[in-house]
Amino acid sequence: MANDKDSGDEIVISVRGLCNHFGDQKIHDNLDLDVRRGEILGVVGGSGTGKSVLMRSIIGLQQPSSGSIAVFGENLLDDDTEADDGVRKRWGVLFQGGALFSTLTVAENVQVPLREFYADLDGQLLDEIALTKVHLSGLPPEAAAKYPSELSGGMKKRAGLARALAMDPELLFLDEPTAGLDPIGAANFDRLTKELKETLGLTVFLITHDLDSLYAICDRVAVLADKKVIAIGKIDELLATDHPWIREYFTGPRGRAAKRG
Amino acid sequence: MSDAADLPADVISEQDDHGGALLRFTGSLSIAHIAALDRKLAAVTGPISAIDISAVHRIDTVGAWLVYRTARDQNAAITGATSDAQRLIDEVRGSDNGASIKPADGNPALRILGELGSAMVETLSGMVKFIGFVGQVILGLLTVIIHPSRLRVNAIIQRFEMVGVRALAIVGLMSFLIGIVIAQQGAVQLRQFGAEVFTVNLIGRLTFRELGVLMTAIMIAGRSGSAFAAQLGTMKITEEIDAMRTIGVSPIEALVIPRVLATVLMMPLLAFYSCIIAVIGGGLLCWAVLEIPPATYVDRLRDVTPLTDFYVGMIKAPLFGAIIAIAGCFQGLQVENNAEEVGLKTTAAVVQAIFLVIVLDAFFAVFFSSIGWN
Repeated sequence: MANDKDSGDEIVISVRGLCNHFGDQKIHDNLDLDVRRGEILGVVGGSGTGKSVLMRSIIGLQQPSSGSIAVFGENLLDDDTEADDGVRKRWGVLFQGGALFSTLTVAENVQVPLREFYADLDGQLLDEIALTKVHLSGLPPEAAAKYPSELSGGMKKRAGLARALAMDPELLFLDEPTAGLDPIGAANFDRLTKELKETLGLTVFLITHDLDSLYAICDRVAVLADKKVIAIGKIDELLATDHPWIREYFTGPRGRAAKRG
Repeated sequence: MSDAADLPADVISEQDDHGGALLRFTGSLSIAHIAALDRKLAAVTGPISAIDISAVHRIDTVGAWLVYRTARDQNAAITGATSDAQRLIDEVRGSDNGASIKPADGNPALRILGELGSAMVETLSGMVKFIGFVGQVILGLLTVIIHPSRLRVNAIIQRFEMVGVRALAIVGLMSFLIGIVIAQQGAVQLRQFGAEVFTVNLIGRLTFRELGVLMTAIMIAGRSGSAFAAQLGTMKITEEIDAMRTIGVSPIEALVIPRVLATVLMMPLLAFYSCIIAVIGGGLLCWAVLEIPPATYVDRLRDVTPLTDFYVGMIKAPLFGAIIAIAGCFQGLQVENNAEEVGLKTTAAVVQAIFLVIVLDAFFAVFFSSIGWN
C-alpha cells in the first residue's frame, strides 16, 4: 500500500520443493522461488515449462504433488479456509484471457470481490470505487457500462486488471498481460503496471514472453527451464550465466532489439 | 497487519484558526475501514474549508477517492498529503467523470413495448432461420448423395455409439418401467368391468403405436439433442466453426449431417428396442398380477396388435430423430458472444425438439387414423 515502503528483503511468496505432474509428465521438480515485497518479478520460460502451472499452484488452483507454498507467510495448501480468505483479500489475479464474468458489465465485474468481502459498503461508494478502478486500468469511462463481449481483446485485459485491482491488493499476479496487444498498447500496459507498483506499493508476479516488458519494468527475472527455476536475478546477472537457453533468449535477435529499446 | 499502520480510519471535525471547519482524517484509510468511515462522513454537516490528512498512516485508492470526493463536495482544500497520497488523489481525480456502471435502462413502459416487439421479431426470424437451416441440411444431404465420398462415415459411426449404443441402458430401463405402469393402470381400471384380459391390447397397441417411439424421442432429445447444441455452441464460441469455414470445410457437412444421419438411423432401432422392452415389462406384470402366462401373453399380443401399429411407430421414429438432431444443431449454431448462451441454447434445443415432436405426433395420430390404420 502507498505508505508502506518496501521493507527490504521481506519475502511475500515462498515456494519450496514444489513438484507438479500431470500423469507421467513432470512439470516441476523440486522448484524453489522467492518473491520479495515491492518488486516486479518477471517469470520467463519456453512454452510448456510450467509458468502458468506455477502461478496456479501459488494461487491455490492447482494442488501440487508435493512441496510447500507460503503467501504472506500463510500456507495455502492446508484446510484453514478462513486464513486463506484473508490472503485472497490481499491479492489480485489477472488471467490470460481476462476471465471476466460474461453476464456482468465491466464495472460490476470489479464490484464482485468488493461485494464478497465488504458487504457493508454503500451502493454509491461501490459504484464510485468501480469507476476509479476502471479509470486506473486505463479504460475509457464509457467502457464501465459495457459487457465483456462488447470489448476488444486489449480492453478485456484492462478490464481484468481493473477487477484484479478491486481490493487494492498488495500482490498482483499477471499472466501474460501484454500477449496479443499491439506494441503501443503493450507499452502502455507496462507503464501502467510500473505506475501502479510505484503508487500502490504493489508486488507483481508477472508471467511474460514479452522481452520489452522484462527490460522496461521487471526488477528481477526468474527463468523456468528443466522443471525448475534455473536462474533468478537482474537481467545483467542472468546474462552472466552461460545456460544456453538464457543466452539464446536474451541475445537472440528479439532480445537484442528489446535491449536497444 | 496488526501494527500501528492498521488503526481504523477516523474523521474529526474541528474549528481552524480562521473560523472555518477543518476535517481531520486519521488512521488507515484503506478499503477494510472505508464502509464505517463513509457512514461517519455522511453525518458531517456544515461547510468544510479544509481537509487535513497529515495524520493518516496509510491510504489506498479507495481512501484517496473518499478524500477527493469529500473535498469536491465541500469545495475544500486538501492539506498534509504525502507525495504518495497526493499521487493517489491525482490518479483517482481522473475517474470522476460521471460514467455509469450499467447501460441506461430507459423508460419502463417503452422498454416493455420494446421487449415485446423484439421478442416477436426474434420468434419470427427464428422460425425463418430454422426453416432456412432445414433447407441447408437437405441441400447438404443432397450434396452427400451426389458425392458419396464426402460423407463422413467415421463421424457417423462415432455418433451411432453416442446416440444409440450408449442410450440403450437408460432407454431400456425407462421402457421397462413404462410397460409396467401401462399394465398396472390398465389392469386396475379394466378389472372394474371384468375385462382384465384387454390389458394386453392396451400394452401392445399403446407401446408400438405411440409411447415406445414418443418416450424414446423425449429421452434422445434430452440426451443427444442437448449434447449437439452444447457441442456446436462451444465450438462456435471457440471459433472452431469459423476456422472450419476458412479452411473450406462446410460445418453443415462435417458437423450437422453426421449428427442428423446418425440420429435418423438410430431412432427407429432405439424405438423398436424400447417397444420390445416395454412389452416385456408389461408381460411380467400381467404374469404376476393377472396370472396370464407368457406364452398366452405373446399369443394374445400377436392377435390384437395389428402390423400397422408397428408401421406407424417406425415411420414416426426417423422423423422424430431428424427433428431432434436438426433442432439441436440449429440452436447450437445460434450461440454467439458468451458462455451463458450455450446453456440457454441447449435448453432451447431440448424444448424446441420435444415441442415439435409432440406436434408432429398429434398430426400423425390424426393422419394415420384417417387413412384407416386404426
